Amino acid sequence: MSIDVAGPLLPLVPLIVGLIGLVLPPGDGDRARRRLAAGLGVAGAAVALLLAVRLVLDPADDPRNVGFTLADFGYLEVRFGTFVDAAAGYVALAVTVVALFVQIYSIAYLHDDRRYAPYVAQVSLFTGAMLLVVTSSDLILMLLGWEVMGACSYLLIGHDRRLPEAPAAAVKAFLVTRVGDVGFLLGIAVLIADAESTHLGDVLTHDYSPGTLTAALLLILAGVAGKSAQFPLHTWLPDAMAGPTPISALIHAATMVAAGVYVVFRLYPLYRQSPAALATLAVMAAITILIGALSATAQDDLKRVLAWSTVSQIGYMTGALAVGSPAAALFHLLTHAAFKALLFLAAGAVIHAVGTNLMSRMGGLRTHMPVTFWSFVIGLGALAGLPPLSGFWSKENVLTAAAHATGGGETAPAWAAWVVWLAALLSVGITAWYATRLLLRTFFGVSRAYGPDGPWVVGFQDGRYRTPAVPHDPPALMRWPLILLAIPAALLGLAAFAPGFRTALELEDPHLGVAVALPMLLLAAGAGTAWWLWRAAPGADPALVLGRAEPFLAAGFRLDEVQDRFVVRPVTTLARVVTAFDTNDVDAVVMATGTGASRAGAALKAAHRLPLPAAAVAVCAAALLLGAVAWLGALA
Amino acid sequence: MNTLLIALLAVPALGAVVVALLPDRRARLVSTGFAAVTFVLSALPILARTDEYSWFAYGPGDGPPMLPWAEVDLPWVPALGLEFHLGVDGISYPLIVLTGLLTLLCCAYNRKGRALAALLLVLEIGVLGTFLALDLILFFLFFEVVLLPMYAVIAGWGGPNRRAAARKFVLYTLAGSVLLLLGVLLVVTSAGTGDLVTLTGAAELSKDTQHVAFVLLALAFAVKAPLWPLHTWLPDAHTEAPTVGSVILAGVLLKMGTYGMIRVGVGAAPEGAGWASPVLGGLAVVAIVAGALICLRQTELKRLIAYSSVGHMGFVLLGIATMSITGVQAALVGNVAHGLITGLLFFLAGTIKDRTGTGSLDLIGGLRETAPRLAGLLGFAAIASLGLPGLAGFWGEAFAVIAAVQRGGPFWLTLAAVAAVGGALTAAYFLRLLRRVTHGPATPAVAAASPAVTRIEWLAWTPLILLTLAVGVVPALVLNDTVEPLANLLGVKL
Repeated sequence: MSIDVAGPLLPLVPLIVGLIGLVLPPGDGDRARRRLAAGLGVAGAAVALLLAVRLVLDPADDPRNVGFTLADFGYLEVRFGTFVDAAAGYVALAVTVVALFVQIYSIAYLHDDRRYAPYVAQVSLFTGAMLLVVTSSDLILMLLGWEVMGACSYLLIGHDRRLPEAPAAAVKAFLVTRVGDVGFLLGIAVLIADAESTHLGDVLTHDYSPGTLTAALLLILAGVAGKSAQFPLHTWLPDAMAGPTPISALIHAATMVAAGVYVVFRLYPLYRQSPAALATLAVMAAITILIGALSATAQDDLKRVLAWSTVSQIGYMTGALAVGSPAAALFHLLTHAAFKALLFLAAGAVIHAVGTNLMSRMGGLRTHMPVTFWSFVIGLGALAGLPPLSGFWSKENVLTAAAHATGGGETAPAWAAWVVWLAALLSVGITAWYATRLLLRTFFGVSRAYGPDGPWVVGFQDGRYRTPAVPHDPPALMRWPLILLAIPAALLGLAAFAPGFRTALELEDPHLGVAVALPMLLLAAGAGTAWWLWRAAPGADPALVLGRAEPFLAAGFRLDEVQDRFVVRPVTTLARVVTAFDTNDVDAVVMATGTGASRAGAALKAAHRLPLPAAAVAVCAAALLLGAVAWLGALA
Repeated sequence: MNTLLIALLAVPALGAVVVALLPDRRARLVSTGFAAVTFVLSALPILARTDEYSWFAYGPGDGPPMLPWAEVDLPWVPALGLEFHLGVDGISYPLIVLTGLLTLLCCAYNRKGRALAALLLVLEIGVLGTFLALDLILFFLFFEVVLLPMYAVIAGWGGPNRRAAARKFVLYTLAGSVLLLLGVLLVVTSAGTGDLVTLTGAAELSKDTQHVAFVLLALAFAVKAPLWPLHTWLPDAHTEAPTVGSVILAGVLLKMGTYGMIRVGVGAAPEGAGWASPVLGGLAVVAIVAGALICLRQTELKRLIAYSSVGHMGFVLLGIATMSITGVQAALVGNVAHGLITGLLFFLAGTIKDRTGTGSLDLIGGLRETAPRLAGLLGFAAIASLGLPGLAGFWGEAFAVIAAVQRGGPFWLTLAAVAAVGGALTAAYFLRLLRRVTHGPATPAVAAASPAVTRIEWLAWTPLILLTLAVGVVPALVLNDTVEPLANLLGVKL
């Protein structure tokens, strides 16, 4: 299939499948309808996967302005065209693989959900939107995919009807990312207005003045921060855990959060020209890495640990971009997609089995759930950067790039590279600590499924399943995605040794110098401390050692409150003031004009009923007035 | 083609008379029939689409000021220089089709008898005439035709406060019409002709005349559009109007203001428009933000949607204010998108209000529990209205911002930034609306309401849904033939 056909089809197939799916009658427990919806969703994802494979095997090499015109806005021609180079192909591959597994996994995970059909359709739309961002050769189309993802995340996070917090989390996810999108829209508007074209190829080769370029790129970073959950717009991501667990896998691994990193990657020829933008990105990345890692240490909710770890890991990617190594960022994006999808789907298996998200109610699951356990071991090992799992190689790449940039010579200033390097290094230890804690609390020790007062009350997030007497590995439709995802999560790092992959990503040759020792030491220290704490007080949460910092970290540095105080409340106050002004002043003027006119009319009416003497005076006065006017007119 | 344009006005006129004479039970079918014929007629001018604008015939920008696809030019009152001059071109065509479509859907949906059906058809005459008129005085006449039927629709079939709302509507817009008359007369007397084809580009008018004329015309259209702070008739009128009244009011009547701003305001007084554009742009952005903020505080379903119109029309006027092809195109597509989406929103809001017996957001909740289809449609309409890319509302808003950025300079960049923030606020209030209405447990009012969507309702809504999607994916549907006419209108060389 020619690339001019396969390229556009890649986003279109899931998008169209999604739209068809939305029109289908909702599942409502009807098995035939469910089967149809599931078949459609899985088929859409599978076709997209095949197309992605096709594009990876033979990618395009220059962004030609092909496709068809959607509209001419003055001299701006918006086209639907795709540009799938090797890098875009690999990202598309990751997206479609995860999407396919999520679709398959969801069949079992949502087996008794009454709104399964729209759910599947929305997952398809979500995938298609992400693929549009990945493949589009037009900035407006990229924005289209970008925002459709926001809407899909809103719909999917709010999917669970029985969760009181789900609607709020959904609104928060949409609004926070939308706030970032204000910047994104303005940023690409500046790029487009200056280049007089919406086409990616034209924009990347246009010669911008440094001021314009930096302004535009900084604005785009606001959008990136929103979508990729970077400080200060990361606050929606932990709350987004209210969504069904497969959706978390989709958002965290393949779509949404990867989009921001990918857009910076796509626009990197421009970012390379702006030290200020990259320095900002570096600071943002460093703060995000640390906030994410530290907040993850104190969570009790299994999924929230993983959510905060995503925040932190995306920070590694933006950090790599900031220090001038887009290849390392993309590599980490791919490995992260594999191991984070694995972790979330495995977390879903745990939640499915024990009926709670809270680690304080788990424990001892290793013997009952070996597949899930080993999935977690591989996923968490990759997350922490344990050699030879995938995360080790990609994280090593990021650290090497940052260390290299501290010597100067890159676009970003050396201090920015230092900031990224230190944050990334420190976070290796913290990540190892919380990964170990998660593994120990969930799978080792004794079961805490029964609290002091008998079984836990059902008040959990994803627990639409009755807790089985003995936790067990999930059914095949959920088990196989885990097993298959464990392969890339473990081995994808070795792809750095494959020449084809390496040149496609423009990765440097892997070399394991003495520089590896430092992160390995931190990793051992982090994991060792967690293990030691757990051994020293069996059954106790290692997070207790955090002491009074624990609630602060558990609340994510209380940034939600900051956001509430400095954004939400001022806006509501402003809304109140403006509404009052609109009613009490703007409309009051209108109404007063009306009543004024009525009163004047009433007065005149009264004047016409005056008795004779007064009427004569009035007539004479009027005659005098007219005379005066006529006289003035004659003078003029 | 000449007869076609006359028929476009004659068919609804005939329809109105026939429907008014028929018994109530026949009214719906017959009015729908007449509206359907008009709709088909309204779509036909595309067949007469000329390629005379093609790049080979004229360099764009130096052809004649306007080349309608089809026109009728009959002398009417020669003593006053008044001609019965109608025409269609790429700018007016989408709005004419939109008018035909929305009237048809409203006639099909209307269950309130023959008088309302007849009034809908009378309204259609006025609106179509306004979009068709190529003579200023004729334009003014059609502009006025709309007022009284709309007054009657609100006052006759509206909610509890309908009389006050209808009075406010008619007096406020009448005041605007006085200004329009003054502006039209000023232009006609100083140019010596009321013919819009001749006037477009306005070489004849002096600078000062253009300034005064544009101020008068812009004020008149700003009341109709409406532009903040001249909007306060709108929420009352919408809240009280019956469903079909709201749909027509939001869907096509407001467009007369923005269309007039482009065709008459910018067309006849381009220098005046250029001179006033910063004020227009500033007010438009205030409208966007103020509209959104006020929406955040609304507790009544229809009132919220009415105020959202203020914000959306702000984006349209911002596009016009940029005085660039991109901007005015954004305004045109924004116009059509608003007609489709807000029309749909008002249909849905009206249905929800009818079913539950209340429009209070405090009493409606959990719609997706009992009526998932209705909730899904409301979600679709709300998400379209907040400007989600891929749906119709996006293009007008995004390209108004892009056009403002293109205009450049600190002032217009600030306007672009504030407008974009307004876009985020729009999302905030629509999500608040959805969260209240669709999520959570079903309230008693919702639980008691009938959940099914009837066939007639599907019939009335499906075209709007499909077009929202179609225009969202391919905005060229609306914009295909607008670049060249706008280049001439704005005097811009491509």
